[in-house]
Amino acid sequence: MRGWTGSDRAYAWGAMSEATSQPGQVTYLDHAATTPVYPEVIAAMTRQLASLGNPSSLHGSGRAARRVVEESREMIAAAINARPSEVVFTSGGTESDNLATKGLFWARRKVDERRVRVLSTAVEHHAVLDSLHWLAAEVGAQVELLPVDDTGRLDVDAFAATVERDPGSVALATVMSANNEVGTLQPVDRVVEIASRHGIPVHSDAVQVMGQLPLDFAASGVDAMTITGHKIGGPLGCGALLLRREVDLVALLHGGGQERDVRSGTIDAPGIVGLATAAELAVKGQPERAALLCELRDDLVRRVQDVVPDAQLNGAPGDGRLPGNAHFSFPGCEGDSLLMLLDAQGIECSTGSACSAGVPQPSHVLLAMGRDEATARGSLRFSLGHTSTRDDVDRLVAVIGPAVERARAAGVTGMGGSRA
Amino acid sequence: MAAMSGGVDSAVAAARVAQAGHDVTGVHLALSRNPQSYRSGARGCCTIEDANDARRAADIIGIPFYVWDLSERFHESVVEDFVAEYAAGRTPNPCLRCNEKIKFAAVLDRALALGFDAVATGHYARLETGRGGGVELHRAVDPAKDQSYVLGVLDQRQLAHSLFPLGDSTKTAVRAEAERRGLAVARKPDSHDICFISDGDTAGWLRNRLGVGSGSIVDSAGEVLGSHEGSFGFTVGQRKGLGLERPASDGRPRYVLDIEPVSGTVTVGSREQLVVDQVAGIDPRWCGSPPADELRCAVQLRAHGDEHRAVVRVVDGRVEADLLEPASGIAPGQAVVIYAGSRVVGSATIARAGRRTPV
Repeated sequence: MRGWTGSDRAYAWGAMSEATSQPGQVTYLDHAATTPVYPEVIAAMTRQLASLGNPSSLHGSGRAARRVVEESREMIAAAINARPSEVVFTSGGTESDNLATKGLFWARRKVDERRVRVLSTAVEHHAVLDSLHWLAAEVGAQVELLPVDDTGRLDVDAFAATVERDPGSVALATVMSANNEVGTLQPVDRVVEIASRHGIPVHSDAVQVMGQLPLDFAASGVDAMTITGHKIGGPLGCGALLLRREVDLVALLHGGGQERDVRSGTIDAPGIVGLATAAELAVKGQPERAALLCELRDDLVRRVQDVVPDAQLNGAPGDGRLPGNAHFSFPGCEGDSLLMLLDAQGIECSTGSACSAGVPQPSHVLLAMGRDEATARGSLRFSLGHTSTRDDVDRLVAVIGPAVERARAAGVTGMGGSRA
Repeated sequence: MAAMSGGVDSAVAAARVAQAGHDVTGVHLALSRNPQSYRSGARGCCTIEDANDARRAADIIGIPFYVWDLSERFHESVVEDFVAEYAAGRTPNPCLRCNEKIKFAAVLDRALALGFDAVATGHYARLETGRGGGVELHRAVDPAKDQSYVLGVLDQRQLAHSLFPLGDSTKTAVRAEAERRGLAVARKPDSHDICFISDGDTAGWLRNRLGVGSGSIVDSAGEVLGSHEGSFGFTVGQRKGLGLERPASDGRPRYVLDIEPVSGTVTVGSREQLVVDQVAGIDPRWCGSPPADELRCAVQLRAHGDEHRAVVRVVDGRVEADLLEPASGIAPGQAVVIYAGSRVVGSATIARAGRRTPV
């Protein structure tokens, strides 16, 4: 088994000093996919797993479990400046995005049937995009995906014009806080400013931002915000939708009426305590982490481009992107060739969105940014996180040159007839 | 690199090369396109179940696993070729085309460029080193599973970088081995149909792409016996589904003798008229050197078909085979694969089949 095993020492593999990969050693550069779980989280969850009690039960064991859940809710609220009652626990980012988009759409249209438009961007995560496509296909929503510039940033003027064309027909707007592929931050504050003039609710998927940049639910002005545990050192399968108290939402899951009657289902106390522990750690360490990640990322970008001069950095420069994100296009390469070659050397990264069969598709984000399909398919994301070190960057830089060279050779002879 | 389809054969092939000590990576080739999706119009995702089966096999074997999207290439080289061949009145073999253009071309080239030494597949065929040091392709030990026919398009370079670990085994033995190795695909049924026509309705699939056509069905004297909705629905040698109301005057079954795609005329006739003793093939491909002289050998004219003793000549880059044992219902577009004993000499695409001697 490669990678960390749960012991503190193995977990801190990043402290190893070798500049090149040793057999079995993993250089993990895919924190945006999922990031290592904090040992404190594992400890807290393990404790809770051993505790009997359904948080909805009325007896002592139930009350004890409920107490853990409510304390966790308060911790999360405190970490991102929300009220505890605004925290709705879910199974993660995808569920939160589905709940926000579908739930807000149905609730808003129920009040006024003219509200059928949903405004968003062309670069949202598929959890949002596919939910919106579903709303369009099944329940008559008119989805308008606003364009982005060549860094992936929403065109705010286009958004404003689209709203003003007929504000009364807009059910909601949903704009991610930062793009999961290229790391570009979105002008969510401007979106809120424009939408709020007309009382249009705004949802934002912030799963990539938490722990990387300051996150303040109250100050953001958004009505609903998606966060998830496994991007911040918490568990998989547990997230939350931050939902303003006064916002009405139609539920997706019906049953016992848990979570404000918005999300039925037995409350996952171990997951929730893990999420809360991670949220506290992620937010507490955020400023120092962001500074370190920016430095590592800038170093990574500079040195990768030294070795591969025609590697193009995608996304916004400097402060306009997530501290841990470096996303490149390598001309003449297939991203999945490069990924495989790096994987064989213990360097783990991502080509972007993969479907369930594991086939990398040309990224809709890069296509929306105006890249052609060949460029989109020749791209890799390296993402840094709370365990990243300078050695990780050194190990990548040591092998990226030959890997690109070899992937280029394969790219010429290989795949995709249109580019051969 | 082990190409893993998700079936039992390629899983056992991968397990064997891994056990033999090779550094093996499993790759599933996503070949089909699924346009019914919210995302891009061309996801190589409709084989999710097969890809998962392959992934689980790779887990059990303990090798890395990836999916390569070959759907564009496959569509251009195999699917479009398949449609065009039917439109031209021929009967193509897409597996052969896939081996020639995809598995042992695009995939092999990419694998070699990425640093792999060879591609291992679950085909039933044997490779041997010939007297001159070259690689020879031979029939598999299991005659019922032998797939040397669809590999007859491979040249020396392709064969030199191929591994067929199942050639010495029977299918029964392979299934038993899969069971013993704990591979969940051990009892997965064999695939028979054309992989990109999921419901097996080739005529319906072609109708969707080529449209409803029209044409006459005539006898060999030219008399019109009926009409049809597209000549692509017919294959030389076909008896069933001709849709003729009038029986033949002698009451005997009628078979498709010829398809003329431009006019759409389908000629039918008696079983005797199907018999041929001469075959001409184009675009020959040789596993080793092409035969210098006339070659007394055997030819196979369809997948899982019988061998026919023959004399083969290469004339102006075309293959001419005089059949010493006549054959019946030979469809242009299929391959003539030439065997010297169990060894595959080469292959060509059948352009024409006819008679040297009168009936």
